[in-house]
Amino acid sequence: MIEVRDLRVSYGGRVVADVPELDVREGECVAIVGESGSGKTTTLLSLLGLTTDAEISGQIRVCGVDVLTAPPRRLREIRGARAALVMQSPQAALSPATRLGVLMRRALRLHGRPATEPAMAEAMEAVLLDPALLRRYPHEISGGQAQRFAIALAIALGAEVILADEPTSALDVTVQAEVVGVLRRLRAERGLALLLVSHDLALVSTIADRVLVMKDGAVVESGPAPEVLAEPSHPYTRELLEALP
Amino acid sequence: MPRYLARRLGQALLVVAGVVMLTFSVMRLVPGDPAVAYAGPKATPDELAAVRERFGLDDPLPLQFVNYVRDLLTGDWGISLHTRRPVRDDLYQAFPASLELVGAALVIAIVVGIPIGVLAARYKTKFPDFGVRFTSMLAVSMPVFWLALTLQLVFAGNLGWVPIAGEYDSSLDTTSPLTLWTNITIVDALITGNWPIFTSTLEHLVLPALVVAAYPTGVIAQMTRAALIEESGQDHARLERALGFGETSILTRFALRPALSPVLSLIALVFAYSIVNGFLVEAVFNWPGLGRYAAESIKSLDTPAIAGVTLLIALVYTLANLVVDLLQGVVDPRARAR
Amino acid sequence: MTATGAPLRRRLPRIPDRFAALGAVIIVIVVLASLLAPWLAPYPDDPNPLESLQPPSAAHWLGTDKVGRDVLTQILYGGRTSLFIAAAVLAVSAVVGVTLGVVAGYAGGWIRDMIMRVTDVFLAFPALLLSLALAVVLQPGVNTVVLAIAVTWWPWYTRLAASVAASISTRSYVDAARCLGVPAPLIILRHVLPNSLTPVLVQISLDAGGVILTAAALSYLGLGAQEPTAEWGLMVQQGQTLFTTNWWVVTFPGLAILVTAFAFNVLGEGLRNALDPRRAVK
Repeated sequence: MIEVRDLRVSYGGRVVADVPELDVREGECVAIVGESGSGKTTTLLSLLGLTTDAEISGQIRVCGVDVLTAPPRRLREIRGARAALVMQSPQAALSPATRLGVLMRRALRLHGRPATEPAMAEAMEAVLLDPALLRRYPHEISGGQAQRFAIALAIALGAEVILADEPTSALDVTVQAEVVGVLRRLRAERGLALLLVSHDLALVSTIADRVLVMKDGAVVESGPAPEVLAEPSHPYTRELLEALP
Repeated sequence: MPRYLARRLGQALLVVAGVVMLTFSVMRLVPGDPAVAYAGPKATPDELAAVRERFGLDDPLPLQFVNYVRDLLTGDWGISLHTRRPVRDDLYQAFPASLELVGAALVIAIVVGIPIGVLAARYKTKFPDFGVRFTSMLAVSMPVFWLALTLQLVFAGNLGWVPIAGEYDSSLDTTSPLTLWTNITIVDALITGNWPIFTSTLEHLVLPALVVAAYPTGVIAQMTRAALIEESGQDHARLERALGFGETSILTRFALRPALSPVLSLIALVFAYSIVNGFLVEAVFNWPGLGRYAAESIKSLDTPAIAGVTLLIALVYTLANLVVDLLQGVVDPRARAR
Repeated sequence: MTATGAPLRRRLPRIPDRFAALGAVIIVIVVLASLLAPWLAPYPDDPNPLESLQPPSAAHWLGTDKVGRDVLTQILYGGRTSLFIAAAVLAVSAVVGVTLGVVAGYAGGWIRDMIMRVTDVFLAFPALLLSLALAVVLQPGVNTVVLAIAVTWWPWYTRLAASVAASISTRSYVDAARCLGVPAPLIILRHVLPNSLTPVLVQISLDAGGVILTAAALSYLGLGAQEPTAEWGLMVQQGQTLFTTNWWVVTFPGLAILVTAFAFNVLGEGLRNALDPRRAVK
């Protein structure tokens, strides 16, 4: 699904992310952990070519497309339809003047999929949302609903991998559980791969197969989640773990 | 929303009250005796006294003010000193012509300004952006009377593409007289199917409307560009990019509507500004609107007429602001919740 | 995420900056040319009926007007009038407006409400209209133009200063000063006023073009500068009946207005972008 080698993202000569290796296979869940400013979000955005004004070197393959060399057109085809993004601030990520249903319909048409009512309703129900919400504006739904809607978009478009940037950090604890529940169920039912960026180790430990720990733009530790979390080899990882309540 | 509406209306009323006080003071400040101005320099003392009596000029100022407000409310806006007709009737004739001119100009400004703003935002920091910024800056820096004179000379005078001045060919009044409904010539000609007058008005309207449109087009283009760039830097634009939408469709299909809300409030300001700016253009093209009426009133120190024009435009200005504030709710669903 | 935004902001002002530099150069030229008009002008600023309505030539680069005055000379002297009007209007508006605004913003409560309502009333008039009405009432002339425009211009500064002052007077160091018993006038003078200065200066450079255009419009309507004062708007008005046969009498003064207003507008925009990075994108 995702294959990254020697990725280096810098802004004006300052390296903000340096990732030697990052792979996400079908149905797998990989988590990038680290505190804010450690370069994890930049890494995630660079995978879809969404960084602005950054210099990127290395190799990125997402769903068979070489992201750094592909023409913009080819890139737009995989965005959404094969690799979907779920962002941190749920409501701000939705255009304020567009009803949810309109956004979904436009996205479906863009990727040449039938934008029928039943198809849209099915995607909504897959993330436990009432299809009636499609008639609402972003400010009329809750944060958890917005986040699940972003996932529903990915489902409707038939994405194979979801890139989620702190999908729960802006939500209440109970709502967090809902969103995580939906993600976990979709993995089990549809074999969806997941690349998760988070500083929440508690969340990561319940869902991730493998973990990458980043600090100041560099990967300090990586490996299977149980190993890294149980026996951290890097002092920074230990620090992160100790900070857990 | 109802509470917001009530507060907004209250504010508007307060502003109107202030404007009335201001016009009253301006009228009282005018040098010279209004009675002499009305009755003429050869009037006998008896005639002057009669005029004073009729207009209550000997009353104490506070009482005059109260009477002034009462008259305004009952629709008596005074008698023009130079046309000798009720100011209200004069305004009723002149205002639609101004509205026609400014309306046409705003249509041009919106139809041209918004797309070129989108173009500049789409290619920001590249050549189209540079071109749009340069031209729109020129447009807002343009002395409108000079632009009017120059275009008139070139397109009407030298090239003869359009008529030089006036609202329509007045000989048409005898061959195909116009039935008045709204007093806006072009609208009346259209709804009554009076094609000779319609085409003649259109020909006469093009040039002055283009001149009046220069400033609003520039401002609207700049504002659209700025609002779009801001909107396309928001989080939601990133999600739309991540869904595979291209830059052009993000701008036109997602960013444009929320971006239009600041542009809308700008249009209200620009509308009122353009009516006054239109004064200068009306003078050049001899357009029978408020500007020409105001210019004649100014020449003859016609205080009731000047006060009338001032008041009318301030009212229009206040109303335009109010309407736009309410329209904002339609364009931007977030504003409705407030 | 913050990293993605920063370089974007650094990149965008490039074009306006180049514009702004152009504007600054033009303004320096216009100011110098106006100040040095008596030395630069090729001819004395007097009528010379023998030279009436000469087209542009080596002797008269921009031609002569109806009474035989050199148009270039007139434009140089006219620049003095326009720049004087702009400087005077902006000085008066800024002083009056900022004073009221700072008081309103710092004091809050009913004082603020009262000042702001009066401001609203003045802002409810399109500037040119109120200027027109006032110019009619008073004797036409340069000083009238200054007064008539300043009356419509101060409220913008009041609004601006009030919002700056309101945000500053809630800062903790101002609170601290207040608790220590520092008298209000001193707090305003030491903390509120200096902080309002930058936005006001930006506003001044943004407004200069508008004032020049308004002054020219008033003169064009015959309500501003009067003969024999040289003024660009007045030159256009006097030349307009001759425009069809003597294009230079209208074209050049109009261009002078356009170029000067343009220069101030782009400089103001560039300054705003440079001093207020948050709005740089605009």
